[in-house]
Amino acid sequence: MELRKLSPYCWELPAEGRMRVPGRVYATEEMLRGDRQREPLRQVANVASLPGIVKASLAMPDMHWGYGFPIGGVAAFDWEEGILSPGGVGYDINCGVRLATTALGEDDLRPRLETLVDELYRSIPSGVGSTGSVKLGGKEARRVLQQGSRWAVAQGFGEERDLLHTEDGGCLPEADPDAVSERALKRGLRQLGTLGSGNHFLEVGVVDAVFDETAARVFGLAEGQVTLMLHSGSRGLGYQVCDDFLAVMNREAARSGLVPPDRQLVCAWISSDIARWYYRAMNCAANYAWANRQILMHHARRVFQRVFGAGPRDLAMDLLYDVCHNIAKRETHVVDGREKVLCVHRKGATRAFAPGHEAVCEAFRPAGQPILIPGDMGTCSYILAGTRKAMEETFGSSCHGAGRKLSRKAAKRAGRGRAIYRELEDRGILVRWTGRSTLAEEMPEAYKDVSEVVEVVHGAGIARKVARLRPLAVVKG
Amino acid sequence: MPYTLIDHTADLGIRVWAGGLRELFEEAAAALFDLITDRGRVADTAVRALAVQGRDRPDLMVNWLRELLYLWNGDQLLVARTRVDTLDETRLAARVWAAGYDPRRHELRREIKAVTYHGIAVGPADEGWEAVVIFDV
Repeated sequence: MELRKLSPYCWELPAEGRMRVPGRVYATEEMLRGDRQREPLRQVANVASLPGIVKASLAMPDMHWGYGFPIGGVAAFDWEEGILSPGGVGYDINCGVRLATTALGEDDLRPRLETLVDELYRSIPSGVGSTGSVKLGGKEARRVLQQGSRWAVAQGFGEERDLLHTEDGGCLPEADPDAVSERALKRGLRQLGTLGSGNHFLEVGVVDAVFDETAARVFGLAEGQVTLMLHSGSRGLGYQVCDDFLAVMNREAARSGLVPPDRQLVCAWISSDIARWYYRAMNCAANYAWANRQILMHHARRVFQRVFGAGPRDLAMDLLYDVCHNIAKRETHVVDGREKVLCVHRKGATRAFAPGHEAVCEAFRPAGQPILIPGDMGTCSYILAGTRKAMEETFGSSCHGAGRKLSRKAAKRAGRGRAIYRELEDRGILVRWTGRSTLAEEMPEAYKDVSEVVEVVHGAGIARKVARLRPLAVVKG
Repeated sequence: MPYTLIDHTADLGIRVWAGGLRELFEEAAAALFDLITDRGRVADTAVRALAVQGRDRPDLMVNWLRELLYLWNGDQLLVARTRVDTLDETRLAARVWAAGYDPRRHELRREIKAVTYHGIAVGPADEGWEAVVIFDV
């Protein structure tokens, strides 16, 4: 596959064979060197062959080999004539990141950092098989699925203004619990309020650089400020929703005439009953994920209050924003000069709406939507802002993280005989974890350099750098 | 070992071999639960009957492992072993021996979120059969 250079940060994969539109990859020449990118590029091409795709099959600089869609993939389909693909959303529906700021500085934190990380680890259920602090009955579960973060806040897990600072207010309205299977519900009932395992985490950090003073002021960010970031999703409920609909759509593939180049890319016409049911079930899972992150943040707030003996007002632990990076949404975008209703799939990609966009809360509208980009646990994370160019080029989307470089097996091999937690401690980062192989699988070298990824989206103009965070303490599942 | 782990950047996969097709399905089940726990510590106290269908062999393999994985993720049962009693291209019937999860007895090695269709393959190999399955972890 030959790539054509459009700019130093953007490459075109010309439409060939079954591709209906070209591919467009945001990356540096260096990132595309060697054959590491052969598989994800093939996936970009496969996505480009799906019916109703508009403009281009896109890949962000954190692109890596997924199943079906590449991770870091963005694709928009015509709402009338296109398809919806559960594989284009992923198993962890509404996997996402939220960031809270505090009134604390690094000096306030250091003397109590160890207590803080131990308390966070103890109070927030994480790891394989963990069950949540919230016990749900069937009726209450339906409300979680319908109301998302709103349900959580109504139960006392947080404050009304948290909702304003959550993508879509933490609730997608087209959620219908009747579309969610018994199996999915059963898995969800006992996991609400759990972090999960693998790459899910909770991180205490500090703002160590500000690149855009004006936007930082709008977001309430200042150098030296202590932050809390958490990464989690819809847990077993979301995985089961995805799995259920992959199975049904595969059964129906022959009948609907939609036989994709890869079974994991199975899809259904958006206008079909199956796709409509999936859309409603996916929205339920998205709402569950928002409720989950809202509850997790509430627990973290309580821990901070306890450890620092500070009231909510003194601690001022405000939600800066909550973004979702595995989702498909109905959105209106301008394509070839005309407004079009599209189904935008973001699989390992973050919405990046421009300044002035009505979906961005009023307070942030002058700066654009905040975008949260976690790096690996030893390096740094970024806060970016959405841009007009993202609206023009990428359906208002940007990257979502560093992206894996090593497979889990290769990471474990590289970590053999090393104490990863001690290496991190030497760099001033305290870590607590549950899974035996979690730390090795998640070590910094397993990921691409997040700063390089961010340079690409900033350089390409599909996001703007606002601030950088340095990790101080990490809790892993 | 009748299987090996294969590398996939984001996920984890298995390549399984067996002399016969029924054994291939049984070995794939064993490999899945070896990834989740130390199967040697799982008693075979409960027996369940499973009937699974698929469009073809690869689809049948995914659906089989999917049903077994649900025993764990949904019912918190760890599978010790399986016996495939009848099998053709699109359906199988099996018995599954499993035990309820006991955190004091069973160590959990990792979370397997789902069995994917990505790169799924079931076919003849040297002196038997081979399957490739990728899990989302």
